[in-house]
Amino acid sequence: MDLEVIRSYIPLFAKAFFLTLRIGWIGIALAILIGMLSAFVLYFRIPMLSGFIKFYIELFRNTPLLIQLFFIYFGLPAIGLSISAEVCGAVALGLLGGSYMAESFRSGLEAVPYIQTESAMALGMSKGRLFISVILPQAISISVPAIVANIIFLLKETSVFSAISLMDLMFTAKDLIGLYYDTTESLFLLVIFYVIMLLPVSFAGSFLEKKMRYSMFGD
Amino acid sequence: MEEILKIEGLSKSFDDLTVLEDINLTVAKGEVVVIVGPSGCGKSTLLRCINGLESIEEGKVLLDGETVNPTTGNIRKLRERIGMVFQSYDLFPHMTILDNIMLAPLKVQKRDKAEVKKEAEELLARVGLSSKKDNYPRQLSGGQKQRVAIVRALIMNPEVLLFDEVTAALDPEMVREVLDVILDLASQDRTMIIVTHEMAFAKAIADRVVLLDAGTIVEQSDPISFFESPKTERAKKFLSTFEYSKQ
Repeated sequence: MDLEVIRSYIPLFAKAFFLTLRIGWIGIALAILIGMLSAFVLYFRIPMLSGFIKFYIELFRNTPLLIQLFFIYFGLPAIGLSISAEVCGAVALGLLGGSYMAESFRSGLEAVPYIQTESAMALGMSKGRLFISVILPQAISISVPAIVANIIFLLKETSVFSAISLMDLMFTAKDLIGLYYDTTESLFLLVIFYVIMLLPVSFAGSFLEKKMRYSMFGD
Repeated sequence: MEEILKIEGLSKSFDDLTVLEDINLTVAKGEVVVIVGPSGCGKSTLLRCINGLESIEEGKVLLDGETVNPTTGNIRKLRERIGMVFQSYDLFPHMTILDNIMLAPLKVQKRDKAEVKKEAEELLARVGLSSKKDNYPRQLSGGQKQRVAIVRALIMNPEVLLFDEVTAALDPEMVREVLDVILDLASQDRTMIIVTHEMAFAKAIADRVVLLDAGTIVEQSDPISFFESPKTERAKKFLSTFEYSKQ
């Protein structure tokens, strides 16, 4: 392994790192939003919408991200809608992640015992009030580990973005290997940058878990 | 005596199973009514009908003349006036003890925070749990949680308090500490309807004992007559299940 090569590649990888990070986090924010709203629809069994959400979840959970990317990136222009590769990456990640997040949030909501709803009702609380003050905080606290696992999974999935020529980490590595045959150095940097991206998430996740779950589950 | 709660011809069934049949019961202000009966006789369902947690199919429940109906908008106002404590400890696990008690007065009754906090602390002191106010429910014993649940109901200043087998899931020693709190409430002339399997407690606290069996009221009378000279065969049989003798 040539240290000089590694040093000269770092700026390229750093640029790709920030691009991956940006699209990744926009996608994850989208996933959390879609997931929460979907979980609410399922939890309240909202007619019509529930069926649509179930279909969405099954469709996106059971197809690979790569294929979703292709459909959005090459499919949408075919019907006259064209979006940039970056937006496409974020949207696809958001939709895939949304289907996973929806199930994690829903399992949290449904894990809150019904007696909690009843005792809040017995205190005169409205349905909206008891959902916000009693059910939701408990549900989130229960689903934190699953949500953190989803976030890590989604950040790793960003490695397929290169397929729609986004200059992400994977693309940069493949590009440099193709151009200069510095396979070892490129792959080494690829691994290092993914670890740099994900380790803080893991640590932040554990911290968040501890903080948000203390009241209900202790240390 | 002024009546506060009136149940008229209340019937209720789940699918084919009749749980309550033509229940008529009037409770006076300050009265303590204890409902006893075998498991599955409809005791809990009756309590749940009173604050509209169960739909009412036939008959009426009236609180101070107002009909309790879970499908109308005023049910929330009525529930504020009827406190309920459940068998399973139903504190909100994500909140401290003080927050558990203060949630409904603040969010439902929109009362002043300082005033609510002061009252919450006074009530906690009264049940001997001042030191636990910043703890979470998981850090309390069953008996302590049940005392907090009682305080949480009390702070709403309900006109009627419903207790649904509040000691059924507790160790014998913890039963005592919870029942002492309820006895204390009786001495303050609170109107209470208590479902319990603790016969000695029923005898001590009741102004009236009601025996429910298979969804109907079989017998009701003052505790001394009920426990010492029950009129019906059903009551005699029920009471004999609490006595033990070597054959």
